[in-house]
Amino acid sequence: MTVLTSPLSRLRWTLTDGLTLVGRELSRLRQEPGQIVATLVFPVIMVVLFGYVLGSAIQVPDGGDYREYLMPGLFAMVTFSAWLGVMTRMATDASRGVMDRFRSMPTARLAVPFGQTGADLLTGLPMLAIMVGTGLLVGWQPHRGLIPTTQAFLLMIVLRYALSWVGVYVGLAVKNDQAADAMVPLGLPFTMLSNAFVPTDGMPGWLRLLADWNPVSALTAASRELFGNPGAPSGNVTWPLAHPVTAVLLWSAALLVIFVPLSLRAYMRRGR
Amino acid sequence: MVDYGPVPPLPVRRLREADQVRARIGLAGQSAAVDEKLTGRGNLRMFARLSHLPRHHAHRRADELLERFGLMDAADRPVLGYSGGMRRRLDLITCLILRPQVLFLDEPTTGLDPRSRGEIWHSIRDLVADGTTVVLTTQYLDEADQLADDIAVVDHGQVIATGTPDELKATIGDRLDVTLEDPATLPAAMTVLNTLTGNDPTTTDTDRLSVALPGGRLRLADIVRELDRAAVAAADASLRRPTLDEVFLRLTDRKEETAR
Repeated sequence: MTVLTSPLSRLRWTLTDGLTLVGRELSRLRQEPGQIVATLVFPVIMVVLFGYVLGSAIQVPDGGDYREYLMPGLFAMVTFSAWLGVMTRMATDASRGVMDRFRSMPTARLAVPFGQTGADLLTGLPMLAIMVGTGLLVGWQPHRGLIPTTQAFLLMIVLRYALSWVGVYVGLAVKNDQAADAMVPLGLPFTMLSNAFVPTDGMPGWLRLLADWNPVSALTAASRELFGNPGAPSGNVTWPLAHPVTAVLLWSAALLVIFVPLSLRAYMRRGR
Repeated sequence: MVDYGPVPPLPVRRLREADQVRARIGLAGQSAAVDEKLTGRGNLRMFARLSHLPRHHAHRRADELLERFGLMDAADRPVLGYSGGMRRRLDLITCLILRPQVLFLDEPTTGLDPRSRGEIWHSIRDLVADGTTVVLTTQYLDEADQLADDIAVVDHGQVIATGTPDELKATIGDRLDVTLEDPATLPAAMTVLNTLTGNDPTTTDTDRLSVALPGGRLRLADIVRELDRAAVAAADASLRRPTLDEVFLRLTDRKEETAR
């Protein structure tokens, strides 16, 4: 039995406990081979569905290959799945009393939200890797060399981490795994209301405004730019699409600045 | 319901020592607060690590607890497939990882079948024998009677009585149960018992009634004789200690009467 005392040992326990919670998520995956298969098959289904079913009828503005155009959008889609997963897990823990148990134990307080977001990052990377592999198989590739390619993936990772904090907060706010499950289907329309699958130019003005300012669009546009994939916006474009890399960084910073303190406050307050 | 082990209450002076308190208490709520996707062993190991046991201690402690509380056979199955009783037992032993001095249990057997309830009771008795102080809430007064050394009866958020089970039962006196040979004699029997005891008998069936006895003056023989005289034939008549359910009903009735 170890009791927390100095700030340094607090920090150490926060890291150790956070790692234990990351390990928890990994052992959950091991108990659910179905989940792993679904994770592996999902990118393939998406590429077939969008790349070949819808793509057969879509013209890319500057005449490029639709699947080259599509893959950055699918990378953004995988990135935005982060907040839904974290939200569901937080809400389940809160509704089953597992959260209260953590709180009744000498576990470092901050370890729970940091462990959840860290675990999401670790489980998200293989998902992204599978999507990249599928993309390479259907003819997508980065064209601008190692550094821009690395930058594109770093942007995805940064935004994913920021989004997982949105999941922590929403999960703590709904406190109910059924309510959280009911929100999951909202993920797809949110991703589709963007430039991920089709250019936004053809949308009615009000819808185009929403789509252009959707962070999904900023991430998609940034990846297209950094990978050198077709679909660069031309003519009269809104600010986030004209400066997509800056926009993604600003989105990430804003989400972290808002949702980290909100989540920590919600977590500390619960059950008091 | 408080079950005192030989450990004195914790010397905790300030809320600042909350971490020390957390390391010495265990808490089990009404739901099984475990990760359903993990195995029983996985849950115990995780919670042991989060309680800051070193890895090899954590693993050993998990196995000890699984063995002692009869969950070893199910240790490597996901909790999703456990029965309600097994989940509750896993939840209970999760509280025991750090050998808490005080264990708080909130309705630990609600919704369990009699066998599982018996198993939980058995585990709680073992813990108390080992020196753990258990504070448990329950809706089942039978459970309090079985387990508690000391009971506080709470009605509408207020403590209305405290004492050992025997003390509480003594406050309302013994009861008489009578089974009649002929249901038709029920009104006559009620009159006789009312006159003798000064209390209103309650009928529990068409041929059964039960009445509270005023402090020890009445003997069973006297009562049977009076019933005979009124031409009431009793198939069975017996004195018994009241149940805690009856104590609770009487205590809450009395409170309502004084409130009126």
